[in-house]
Amino acid sequence: MAFTGITRKVTAHLTQNEALSFEKSAPGKKGYKLAPLDVPEADAAALLGDAARASEPTLPELSEIEIIRHFTRLSTWNYAIDLGMYPLGSCTMKYNPRVNEFVSRLEGIAEAHPYQPEALSQGSLEIIKLLQDCLLDITGMHAITLQPAAGAHGEFTGILLARAWHESKGNPRKTILIPDSAHGTNPATAASCGYQIVNLKSNEQGGVDVAALAEIVNEDTAAMMLTNPSTIGVFESDIHKIADVLHAKGALLYMDGANMNALVGKTRPGDFGVDVMHLNLHKTFSTPHGGGGPGSGPVACKDFLEPFLPTPVLAQGPDGLLHWNYDRPQSVGRVRMLYGNFGMFVRALAYILANGPDGLRQTTEDAVLNANYIRKNLQDVYELPYPTASMHEVVFSDKRQVKNKVKTGDIAKRLIDYGFHPYTTSFPLIVPGALMIEPTESESREELDLFIDAMRQIAREAEENPELVTSAPHSTRISRLDETTAARKPVLRWHKPVVRWKTPGPNDPVEIGTPAKEW
Amino acid sequence: MRYLPKSDAERAAMLRDIGVGSIDELFSAIPEEYRLTRDLKIPRQMGESEIVDHFKAAARKNAKGYTSFLGAGAYRHYRPVVIDTIVQRGEFLTSYTPYQAEITQGTLQAIFEFQTMICELTGMDIANASMYDGSTGAAEAVMMAVRVTGRDGVLVARTVHPEYREVMHTYAQHQGHEASEIGYRPDGRIDLVALEQAVTDETACVLVQSPNFFGIIEDIPAIAEIAHKKDALLIVSIAEAVSLGIVRPPVEADIVSMEAQSFGVALSYGGPYCGVIAAKEKYLRQMPGRLVGETTDTQGRRGFVLTLSTREQHIRREKATSNICTNQALVALMATVFLTIYGKQGIRELALQNLSKAKYAADTLGKHSKLLFAGTPRFHEVVLQTEEPPKQLNARLLEKKIIGGLPLRKWYPELGNASLWCATELTTKDQIDAAAGVLASAPVAATAR
Repeated sequence: MAFTGITRKVTAHLTQNEALSFEKSAPGKKGYKLAPLDVPEADAAALLGDAARASEPTLPELSEIEIIRHFTRLSTWNYAIDLGMYPLGSCTMKYNPRVNEFVSRLEGIAEAHPYQPEALSQGSLEIIKLLQDCLLDITGMHAITLQPAAGAHGEFTGILLARAWHESKGNPRKTILIPDSAHGTNPATAASCGYQIVNLKSNEQGGVDVAALAEIVNEDTAAMMLTNPSTIGVFESDIHKIADVLHAKGALLYMDGANMNALVGKTRPGDFGVDVMHLNLHKTFSTPHGGGGPGSGPVACKDFLEPFLPTPVLAQGPDGLLHWNYDRPQSVGRVRMLYGNFGMFVRALAYILANGPDGLRQTTEDAVLNANYIRKNLQDVYELPYPTASMHEVVFSDKRQVKNKVKTGDIAKRLIDYGFHPYTTSFPLIVPGALMIEPTESESREELDLFIDAMRQIAREAEENPELVTSAPHSTRISRLDETTAARKPVLRWHKPVVRWKTPGPNDPVEIGTPAKEW
Repeated sequence: MRYLPKSDAERAAMLRDIGVGSIDELFSAIPEEYRLTRDLKIPRQMGESEIVDHFKAAARKNAKGYTSFLGAGAYRHYRPVVIDTIVQRGEFLTSYTPYQAEITQGTLQAIFEFQTMICELTGMDIANASMYDGSTGAAEAVMMAVRVTGRDGVLVARTVHPEYREVMHTYAQHQGHEASEIGYRPDGRIDLVALEQAVTDETACVLVQSPNFFGIIEDIPAIAEIAHKKDALLIVSIAEAVSLGIVRPPVEADIVSMEAQSFGVALSYGGPYCGVIAAKEKYLRQMPGRLVGETTDTQGRRGFVLTLSTREQHIRREKATSNICTNQALVALMATVFLTIYGKQGIRELALQNLSKAKYAADTLGKHSKLLFAGTPRFHEVVLQTEEPPKQLNARLLEKKIIGGLPLRKWYPELGNASLWCATELTTKDQIDAAAGVLASAPVAATAR
């Protein structure tokens, strides 16, 4: 009989079915109760005239218990860090401490209006100041803005800083160098800042080929966007040479800080030649990913880029009071209204305070330890395309499994049956059939061993029972979805079902037609 | 460190298993001269009670117990308790972008409901899964219009939130767009004559906000007619989403960019909030951001997936519609729960309360100041012009623990001593009366600046 692995981590159990809230709605049900109006009720038709809304939006009508059950049931269909290891490479799915959530909801913090007088916002401003100071020492940079709302937004801001600096010297330059191993946001960002992209082919170790770089960099090069450690989890040992080559031609080194979890407390980008970089508070600093945001993407830079930071910047007056400085003639402008995702600043600072210098260093060490432990225990069954030392993540390929027509995406789906969220599949692009695994520091040895056991069993299944892997997952509420039809005939919203009558007959029931979903 | 699930013995055993003598061997790729040999200069490790105390102390240094009339793109509405109960469930809080549909159906179905609700409210055909916020959403909408039309002229009403306009200029400047601003008439609405003169065959889009920065509802059908005559797109930015409960949706628009903060999202000193772009179906392929679509699994069961990702950066790289990756999913979930709670009737009732409070505020505060743009339909914000400079007035209000309206001189010097006041369902009659009392007691010799 073909081998079928034993899923030690999970046992199937029941989950509740749940329709869309719209489908559960019944006219007249309410989930709210407003306080009585203490002023005369306005005559909307008279006040608004033509601008009054004529028909009500079709929103659900449900009671509170139904709403709680609706969303609770939906939640049980999700996998989450709180349930187990979530080794999505490059996303740093670490534990999201609950004290972060608690302090972000304190009344004076959560209810602070962004335009309330600065004298009555000193608490918020002190949080921002302390977080900025911490992040500056962690990165070894000189100045920082917390305004960008996410990593890609930080990239945009960072490249705008580089552009503004070049412009101040008379020429914005034309190109941005990006290694072929980079995240897709890098080229998309460079393009949105008005630059042409020059692709840099990785060397045999998956890193930057310094000699090739030296030939490409010229007076048109505005900057290089480099992820360090790279997307294959390797530290660029030649990083300072890379910086030197760029600087010699007047170009800047931008560091994508997506992988900062490998560096905090052990080395600082500012010390190894980086001019400007972004951080992801939702990766390195434990703010929750929330199903896809909110993020926060602070940008740190060297002194010479400081005048170009987005407006406003935080300043301290002679009276010791903090205030926003809007008088920034060389600024790149605003990248977002107000001051950024402040709620994420609170959480990130709470995380830093909970760790202290010793905790952050230990965190980095454990993240690297975990990745190397996985690497050691899986490298005999999965192909390691780049044997260079791994930092916080390890990238395998499906080369050995592909012989049996089992691809990285299949192994990922089968991992779901073993009770894990899949790793990142098919990225970085320089590794055909990549399995990008980032365990983070949040995993115990026990959880890592379960993961290793699952991956090893799947490797055996791929040899002996490949069909089992290619048709996975087998234990989820739904099986693989038809993504082709989803894209070809997009159904992006629910529509009220159309009630249709058949040829009228005396006893014919009403036929409920299929919802008018296609438009 | 309490977040780290390993004993030192386990660490040592793992290092032995890996085959290295010390943890530093795993960091040997970092050249020695760049290794940090000192402790980071950050506060020492704190106990949980110390962390809570630290932030409580910070909270005490912020305004507490004040009545506030601030709005201007960040609105104080009641946030039903259920919202935080739901979003603090680890299955929502600690999951990520639903790349693996089989184990993220909860997030995917919730986003699908969100997209539907946004379409229902705005009168658009499609909506995305969220953008960072209203300001960046408006900027992305402009770039979307540029792609759709292949033109590069952008016309922006001066009644659009000034910070939205600043963000739009930052985004536009390196895309080769020409952005010019269109002023407003004495009634607080965009100057239609100036707009008509400015729209040309090179105009990609007209961007307006409604209710606009002054709280005034723009004449969307008239603006649409002017834009469409030259085949330019109309983008309507909505900073106060609750208005849609009672204000006619901008169905004539081609793209609607909305800030959904009012739907149950804390003010939180400016973020995180929740932008979203909705549009006519024909612009689907130029839509930025993530989209969730309905489909079926191999057994024919309904399920939801991220779809049309060929627009996005991870597939298209430099040719993507936007560089956006992470959006505001959890905040969009807050909005979804909020809209499920209020529902069809509640959203109207809530909007009517806001309208009523603002009417009372306009009538009451207007007795002791000049109500600008009186007579034009508005939602819940009013512009008051006072003899006394707003700074001085606000200082007197603060003595009564009232935070007055936002001074407008910085952005609209032509309005003199004007400030923007907001009343929501949470503003009480007593609070409005108290503020009116302070306005009434203006020093006689108040000097205009």
